[in-house]
Amino acid sequence: MTALTDLSLLEAASALRKGDVSSVELTETCLERIDALEPQLHAFLAQTPDLAISQAKVADQRLQKWRKKPEEPLPLTHGIPVAIKDVLCLEGVPTTCGSRILEDFRPPYSATSVARLIDTGAVVLGKTNTDEFAMGSSTENSAYGTTHNPWDLDRVPGGSSGGSAAAVAARMCFAALGTDTGGSVRQPASFCGITGLKTSYGRISRYGLIAYGSSLDTVGALTRSAADLLPIFTAMAGHDPLDSTCMPDPVPEIHLDGSNLRGIRIGVPKEYFIEGIQDEVEAAVRSAVTVFEALGAEIQEVSLPHTDLALPVYYLIAPAEASANLARYDAVRFGPRLKSDRLWDQYLKTRGELFGPEVKRRIMLGTYALSAGYYDAYYGQAQKVRTLIKDDFETVFEDVDLIACPVAPTTAFRIGEHGDDPLAMYLEDIFTLPANLAGVPGMAFPVGFDLHDLPVGMQLNAPHLGETALFRAVHAYQTQTDWHLRKPDI
Amino acid sequence: MSLTVDEVRHIANLARLQLTPEEEHRYAQQLSSILESAARLREVDTTQIPPTATVLPLRAPLRPDVPRPCLPREKILSNAPETEAGMFRVPPVLE
Repeated sequence: MTALTDLSLLEAASALRKGDVSSVELTETCLERIDALEPQLHAFLAQTPDLAISQAKVADQRLQKWRKKPEEPLPLTHGIPVAIKDVLCLEGVPTTCGSRILEDFRPPYSATSVARLIDTGAVVLGKTNTDEFAMGSSTENSAYGTTHNPWDLDRVPGGSSGGSAAAVAARMCFAALGTDTGGSVRQPASFCGITGLKTSYGRISRYGLIAYGSSLDTVGALTRSAADLLPIFTAMAGHDPLDSTCMPDPVPEIHLDGSNLRGIRIGVPKEYFIEGIQDEVEAAVRSAVTVFEALGAEIQEVSLPHTDLALPVYYLIAPAEASANLARYDAVRFGPRLKSDRLWDQYLKTRGELFGPEVKRRIMLGTYALSAGYYDAYYGQAQKVRTLIKDDFETVFEDVDLIACPVAPTTAFRIGEHGDDPLAMYLEDIFTLPANLAGVPGMAFPVGFDLHDLPVGMQLNAPHLGETALFRAVHAYQTQTDWHLRKPDI
Repeated sequence: MSLTVDEVRHIANLARLQLTPEEEHRYAQQLSSILESAARLREVDTTQIPPTATVLPLRAPLRPDVPRPCLPREKILSNAPETEAGMFRVPPVLE
């Protein structure tokens, strides 16, 4: 018999509907697996077993009633155990952003994305580890320790949503929420061999997402397949009056029925196959492209000529926005306070000691890029080059429906491999940053394994608000391949 | 582009971050190399290019300005490191 935690989200939803399993049983099985694996993986920053069981009991009661009236709509996420990245607020539950400056912070309200998911009957198992304030590509910047990759415990799970990725890959939960500012959903999904969606900027409310780079931040999700992702996306997407950047456009009704991609044009950008990309990554991505071709898609080479400028643009704009957003940590309204006799000294001391090295680095970089005399040369120029990067995508999307490219130049790297070299770590993001700068959605999914048995991922990007095409294409690919069904031996 | 330790001290002060002397030196070196790698942005001709502050195609709509209940005071104060008489307590600003 298949272990309950090996069921896909959709299989679990179907079993719940039939009454083959209860939400409490599913939840208890996940909690047991978390207990067993957490000492090795450290995917969670807070566990909420009591909340989970009480939510599961309510879900079971609702399911009992529903079975008498099965014609009534019931979301597929109903009764499904999930995990939440620790940058998204959940009322009353510790939310730290992986930072000591928010140690013991209990939000007085929930993020819209989280509240909407819970409203569908989803069960929350806990909050997952992240690089501090989502600044990083490995979870090594978490103040509470690194998450380990379930495929190889000596390696990082990617980041910043590394706790979410490890939890989904290790079957601790059926889905997890993540956020993607520069690749933080897609890169860990790739490193952990799962499927991750970075939504279009403005598709899902940012209300209650603790801000990092406000013009780049997006809420996303990680699951084991595109089909499993869909109900999570549907639960969260759509306008929210509490976020004025959340688009009023209706959320599309997406049906995943079929694997025919005839008439879909997929562009492969030549700038993404550069020196330094691991051979097996390039080979697996190119091989996946032939699968799309066999499914009926038309493949053509395209050019995004400003791709190599995305890295410096991102690492000026994101830190600039972060330096403004993180000014709120003043030890007055929330967070621990390192006491001093003068308010000024209290700011300096609390912020200097409780922010980690990467966060301080980005705050200073952003402060400098915004400071008098340097604004035009750095921040202003970065915003202009951002326009060129955005225009690249708009031009290419006149000719193709989707862009196919690698997620990261390599598979999961070793814990500690990048040491104290920030630039080496920033290079991990070169293939994921452009989508954030352009605001377009992307989906990462597994397309093979390297010689060390580590998963290789690739991504598709679509035009702004074009999530439907992503779901259809990745689902079609996953009907023809079984990379997404492989699981780590843990 | 390279930053001196004095400049790092100045930036850290603007950002209200107390640094150790060791951190000041490390950040001077690291921030310099990050800024150097960004120098190629200046070579891009952007004289005719408008800046992108948001990717959103249209101005986001405003919601109707209707009063609604806000969070209760005790909830807002519940995370504060120090409170007094229903307010946030801070050290003296003026001596």
